[in-house]
Amino acid sequence: MAPQTSEADRTVIDTLRLTAEEAAGLLGRGEVSGDELVGAYLAAIEARDPELHAYLHVEGERGNGVPIAHKDVITTKGIPTTAGSKILAGYTPVFDSTVAARCKAAGLPILGKTNLDEFAMGSSTENSAYGPTRNPWDPERVPGGSSGGSAAAVAGGLAPWALGTDTGGSVKQPASLCGVVGLRPTYGTVSRYGIVAFASSLDQVGPLTKTVRDNAGLYALIAGKDPCDSTTVELPAPVVIPEGTDLTGVRIGVAREMNEAEGIDPGVGERVNEAIRLAEELGADVEETSLPRSVDYGLACYYLVAPAEASSNLARYDGVRYGHRAEIDGDLTALYSRTRWEGFGAEPKRRILLGTYALSAGYYDAYYGQAQKVRTVIAQEHAAAFERFDVLVSPTSPTVAFRIGEKAENPLAMYLSDVLTIPSNMAGLPGLSIPCGLSEGLPVGLQLIGPQFSENTLFRVGHALEQAIGFDYVPERLT
Amino acid sequence: MSWEPVIGLEIHVQLKTRTKMFCRCENVWGEEPNTRTCPICLAHPGTLPVPNRTAIEWAVKLGLALGCQIAARSLFHRKNYFYPDLPKGYQISQYDVPVASRGRFVVPGPDGDREIGIVRAHLEEDAAKTVHVGGAAGRIHGAEASLVDFNRGGTPLVEIVAEPDVRSGEEARRFLQLLRQTVVELGISDAEMEKGSLRCDANVSVRRAGEEGYRTKTELKNMNSFKFVADGITAEVERQIGIYEAGGEVVQQTLHFDPQKGTIAPLRSKEEAHDYRYFPEPDLVAIEPPEELVERARAEVGELPGTRIRRLEAEVDFDLAYGLVTSGRDGLYARVPGEDRRAVANVLMNQLAATGVDPAAVAGDELGKLIDARETIPRQAFLDALAASADDGFSAERYLAETTVSDASELDPVIDGILAANPGQVEAYRGGKEGLLGFFVGQVMKETQGKADPRAVNERLREKLSA
Amino acid sequence: MAITREDVLHVAALARLEIPEDEVDTVRDQLGAILEAVGKVSELDLSEVEPMTHPLDLVNEWAEDEPRPSLPRDEALANAPDPFEGQFRVPAVGG
Repeated sequence: MAPQTSEADRTVIDTLRLTAEEAAGLLGRGEVSGDELVGAYLAAIEARDPELHAYLHVEGERGNGVPIAHKDVITTKGIPTTAGSKILAGYTPVFDSTVAARCKAAGLPILGKTNLDEFAMGSSTENSAYGPTRNPWDPERVPGGSSGGSAAAVAGGLAPWALGTDTGGSVKQPASLCGVVGLRPTYGTVSRYGIVAFASSLDQVGPLTKTVRDNAGLYALIAGKDPCDSTTVELPAPVVIPEGTDLTGVRIGVAREMNEAEGIDPGVGERVNEAIRLAEELGADVEETSLPRSVDYGLACYYLVAPAEASSNLARYDGVRYGHRAEIDGDLTALYSRTRWEGFGAEPKRRILLGTYALSAGYYDAYYGQAQKVRTVIAQEHAAAFERFDVLVSPTSPTVAFRIGEKAENPLAMYLSDVLTIPSNMAGLPGLSIPCGLSEGLPVGLQLIGPQFSENTLFRVGHALEQAIGFDYVPERLT
Repeated sequence: MSWEPVIGLEIHVQLKTRTKMFCRCENVWGEEPNTRTCPICLAHPGTLPVPNRTAIEWAVKLGLALGCQIAARSLFHRKNYFYPDLPKGYQISQYDVPVASRGRFVVPGPDGDREIGIVRAHLEEDAAKTVHVGGAAGRIHGAEASLVDFNRGGTPLVEIVAEPDVRSGEEARRFLQLLRQTVVELGISDAEMEKGSLRCDANVSVRRAGEEGYRTKTELKNMNSFKFVADGITAEVERQIGIYEAGGEVVQQTLHFDPQKGTIAPLRSKEEAHDYRYFPEPDLVAIEPPEELVERARAEVGELPGTRIRRLEAEVDFDLAYGLVTSGRDGLYARVPGEDRRAVANVLMNQLAATGVDPAAVAGDELGKLIDARETIPRQAFLDALAASADDGFSAERYLAETTVSDASELDPVIDGILAANPGQVEAYRGGKEGLLGFFVGQVMKETQGKADPRAVNERLREKLSA
Repeated sequence: MAITREDVLHVAALARLEIPEDEVDTVRDQLGAILEAVGKVSELDLSEVEPMTHPLDLVNEWAEDEPRPSLPRDEALANAPDPFEGQFRVPAVGG
């Protein structure tokens, strides 16, 4: 919707509604200045962030581009980067991550750093050492996680767009729970250089936006080969900003296991089925398919691979070169062990222990080695499905946003939040979550999965459905 | 029944690439602490390694020189353990698929060749340097502390693991010297043990001659010269034999050789049993050396030092041949003409070596002329000429023009003066102590600044003393 | 495969995490439950399947051996908890 003009002929910036594309238009036409735009978001942050706690640090950089918020695992030179952990309290990076540098080069001022589950480990943002973020649709509920701060900032009008990171579903799931658009890109298309590592073979940076077009725009800005990250590639084709609503000839697969899994809320299932019917009306061919082992074994596979890599990635937090160091009289081993016990929260510690165990002598083959083989199986199963389909659809999250504290004491129940986002992540595939309606007054996310490098297809299908669904991304209680 | 030592060597060669293994900080020695670091080699959150192409090529080259198979596909792994000199909490190394494996290295000895099997050669990154400081510098008053300098952290190493084929400390020394000469000639490392750019650990055990299988081994560390490697292994072999002959058992442990005392002591170790939790490094992709890379490297590996020793041995003898090759002087030796090859070799290994000139800069023809004329020119002139032999445009002519003093009319006044100044020695000589002749010769040479012809001096002295 | 107290303490020592004595049993119970769930991967016979180490099949990613500027020393040490004379100080290591 176009920004409204007041009687005094001054542009009123409604941050709840303004898309990044619209913001760029305002700037381009000189209707607002960069300072006015940043000022509007800072005012919104001042008004609403005390309740939402989407930000860990508000920077409020000035500039002439559309401002952006970065999840606090994205290293920003001279701006504190904590990964939501006490162990990085006071750490100020001396370098920029590649994605932050690309945003900077494109002239995007940084609004601030957003809250997250500590080291991106979690699905609710309750695991932040600095307190939880609240869902703009219902502050008693979680925004999802781990990129909950970025999702809440976009949904709550505290940023026009934001970057998150996705390892097992940490962009897609909070996008779903907050009613925004979230992309987990094909592994290797966005640089991980300067992204505080959780699980290296899974971590990817992805945009959280109000619209699919914004999402494509931000993805175009951050994607592509980076000489600082050996695991990146050049995009095989440029990003296309989607237009139109025709889905003629698009083959959509509905994997039984992903849509009939135990624990999917009936309301969530209904919204997803409605979206699938809309896709058919727009010309898509929809057929049922099956991913039996991906869904059955994906979660177990993920909770071996990710903690194993995390146990190694988090070994560098030893209190020698940066970060927290325990005050202790004792030898080096005692200092390390106390520093790490004090500095890490419960979830990182749990995963470090689990991952260390999975890699240790005598267990490697049964756990980590076997899990890497299961990944091959999952990748093959998806590859077979994509011989018949362009896109697979399912709910992003089995449930809408749950209550703060509801799953905090039960790690396994929390892990189930990602049961539908994990399988394709294990295979390195891209996934887009778009809002497809409300259930119990809370947003439901539709997950679109494609083969490697199929982002343009996901954007096209996502945009068409977005137009057809007509979801209002402004939380009702804030209007 | 005699005992047979069984020695397996593990060697680390530090590559002299311009930059580190996984970041582009300069790889230099002796700079101020922590002035060659960056977010990557300090393991700041989010940083990622990018391998050094030259280091990979050099590892391939070294692997070929060791007669290894070059893996069509090899991987980096993470080796996980905690130590302040290891900033990531893991070392990027190679595990089950190293760059090079299954090679052989021929070590010539006075009694024939010995072939030492090479298990593997793999790439890894070096640790940083920690120095221990006393209580005064400790954070808490009186507490001991260590300081960490990350300049060396992340520099490229090739680790070479040899089969337990070495049978003595002396053979270990020769293996190491030849390996050193090989990497120096390949141009990939300074390989200086004193500076730590060549390091050697030895796994040592002994067994009865003819015995199958291996007994308990110990690991000897920190031997930072060729001599210490030989002495350390020899001492450890003797220690183990002593234990067995006294009816005891050797205990598996890590040992430190003290070269001053010649003793061996266990390294203090509170580490729990190692469990490195190796897994494939997810931040790096596989290495599949392209054929052109391997073939270029193969072409750059010249004739190996061991082969050249065997070739030269026919002209001189084993010790001279070994010395020429392992000191890097055999190139010059080949360029120096002369009938008497032993004389050429001897001059190169002794007088020329003593001058410290760079053999590579010496003109062979000019040196040949000098060596031919060494009996006829003053000794000092010969030594001066050697010292100047690497200078730009050096010509032997000026030195060859200097003649020795052999004329009696010039020698006699000098000899008479010396005899007059040493009446006691003259009397003793005449009383039968003919060994004193050397003393008088020395005095004359000194007086004439080395220009006297020793044969003429001898002759005149005898005449005068027996007069 | 049940995880024991000793397993927990061993893994904690490897991971340099000092678990307070009164939390060891809780940690063991949580790890035990998670391990039971993830142990599901061993139901599959995958003896003929290659492990996946990378989502993309990339090879030979490397950089030329050309130096780039290092950090100024004060920046290298800027975040250090205990800098001392241009170095990082820690309690004494080794012998």
